[in-house]
Amino acid sequence: MASDQKVLELNDLNVHYFTPRGAVIAVNHVNLYVKKGEIVGLVGESGCGKTTVAMSTLQMVSAPGRIVGGEIKIEGQNIVNLPEKELRKLRWSKLALIPQGAMNSLNPVTKIKEQMADGITAHEKISGAALRDKVLKLLNDVGLPERVYNMFPHELSGGMKQRVCIAMAVALNPAVIIADEPTSALDVIVQRVVAQTLLDVKNRLGVSMIMIGHDMGLLAQMVDRVAVMYAGNLVEVGPVGSIFEHPYHPYTQLLIDAIPSTKQKKPLKVTEGLTHDLRNPPPGCCFQFRCPFVRDACRQKPPEFKQMEPDHFVACVQYN
Amino acid sequence: MGGLTRGYFIQRLLMFFLTIWIGVSLTFAIPRLSGSDPTTAMLLTMMNARGYVENADKIIAAYKESFGLNDPIGIQYIRYLWNVIHFDYGFSFAKFPAAAWSLVTPALPWTLGLLTVASVLSFIFGVTVGSLMGWRKTPRWLNNILPVSLTFTSIPYFMFGILLISIVAFKLHWLPATGGYSRDVNPGWNAPFIKDVLAHAIMPLISIVITSMGGWALGMRGLMIGVNNEDYFLLAQAKGLSPARVFFRYGIRNAILPALTAFALGIGSLIGGSILVEYIFAYPGTGYTLYRAIQEQDYTVIQTITNLIIIITATGVLILDLLYPLIDPRITYKKSVAS
Repeated sequence: MASDQKVLELNDLNVHYFTPRGAVIAVNHVNLYVKKGEIVGLVGESGCGKTTVAMSTLQMVSAPGRIVGGEIKIEGQNIVNLPEKELRKLRWSKLALIPQGAMNSLNPVTKIKEQMADGITAHEKISGAALRDKVLKLLNDVGLPERVYNMFPHELSGGMKQRVCIAMAVALNPAVIIADEPTSALDVIVQRVVAQTLLDVKNRLGVSMIMIGHDMGLLAQMVDRVAVMYAGNLVEVGPVGSIFEHPYHPYTQLLIDAIPSTKQKKPLKVTEGLTHDLRNPPPGCCFQFRCPFVRDACRQKPPEFKQMEPDHFVACVQYN
Repeated sequence: MGGLTRGYFIQRLLMFFLTIWIGVSLTFAIPRLSGSDPTTAMLLTMMNARGYVENADKIIAAYKESFGLNDPIGIQYIRYLWNVIHFDYGFSFAKFPAAAWSLVTPALPWTLGLLTVASVLSFIFGVTVGSLMGWRKTPRWLNNILPVSLTFTSIPYFMFGILLISIVAFKLHWLPATGGYSRDVNPGWNAPFIKDVLAHAIMPLISIVITSMGGWALGMRGLMIGVNNEDYFLLAQAKGLSPARVFFRYGIRNAILPALTAFALGIGSLIGGSILVEYIFAYPGTGYTLYRAIQEQDYTVIQTITNLIIIITATGVLILDLLYPLIDPRITYKKSVAS
């Protein structure tokens, strides 16, 4: 179902947060692409730069953060340093966001219909009955009853709110949707429903998606390709089956090992060691302080990406 | 479901009368708890004025009889409530034959006019400045200018008033220094009088607005920064909405709610609020009247103004309560909870 056309490309993306005590390198030389109709899962622990990648893709990195290098291409058009007015046209029509906090992502004082409509009318000339029909159809598509149209956010449950967000995101049939931990604030049952809604919508509309999360188990069921991030660097990218079958990078191995299992009790290994100070990364591999297989070579120079299997790349010294 | 329901309306209305009743009862009780006897106090002032008063005990007894202070406390209370409903507070102690109410009424329009305009203006300016200061997208040049407008907040408003009088009135002779209107105009609905009143109101108005908008601005800035970090604010930007819509519909619309509550609570202080400003500008308002009444221990006048403050505060809160479900749909006193 995924064609070869790349709808979103991040080329050598660098994002720094400029603090009084030096620049924090939040995203370091990230290369990633999303093909049409594909879901790419971006995983990594808290603070590894997943959300910064998402926000910089939307050109919404908040100060003191700034994109210091690289390009972001949507359907071939580079959007870095595009003027604000052009960006505004592009947002939502080409690039939509499903935000992180399900509980808080809708304006509490306006009705659902208004919040869904304003995103549409900002980009399309549509009003009256046509607009109403469109919003109702969108609600229906995500499995919400018609009465939601006239309700306020506080009258909806968390799962319903998140489905409203999904309906909003697909309203203009964008090229790429960025889902920033779309299910993280929900309980498992609702998570399942929301994930299913996302998949339904994606299959019907054929949109491409970057899905951010740290739940490897959930991502495994939803995404086509997985990109693993550590401390601002991509360490492994590959098709989901290949990654789960042969995780090459020690960090990916640890992440997959950390998926809880009912069959055996496993000690949690990922927490060993600390992430380095993001202001002055060490020479060599970014994972050297926590890697169980660390060698002298790891401290010399950063590893290069190497293709291990079709479409499956890893950056680790032991394969270089 | 947001909006105004009948049950909510009745509930708020009951709350309104309950508040007034409790407040009014307290103003009845407190002077009687103090133990000092107003009639004796009056006699003392008479003695101070004339040196010696004949038949002092008879006068006290006569006063007590005519003021009804010999009746049981319950009767006094019911009669008091009855009088409050009719805005009849009895005679002023200090300016005896005059009724207390008649001393307060001429002052009311002055204070209400001046302070309503001043409060509304300082709220509007303060909220605007504060929201812009708290908004990330505010142009940098504007963000550098805005804090300057708050410089005068740190000056007490009466100091600022004195400064204004000395410069604008005495040095430059642009505006009249004190009073509500000049003696040479004829009070009434005629153009010279209205012009004169406005000229007299400018300086008190400015000194209140300039010095009090800073409070609103700083509060609003904090609220706006809070909203800036909300997910819905982020999403509004991601939707590609115009900055104006994001600012008003998603920003101010949410950030202003606590500020509005504070504003409604402040309405009551309109009556007694700016005593010092009225004093400095010799403005014939209720604040000045209250100040004089306290000096002269004029209990009935104090009581009149206190009760007015209570009623106006309660009215302000009632109006806000009735408006709140319309501006914040989450507020409703309905018993059933939407699933």
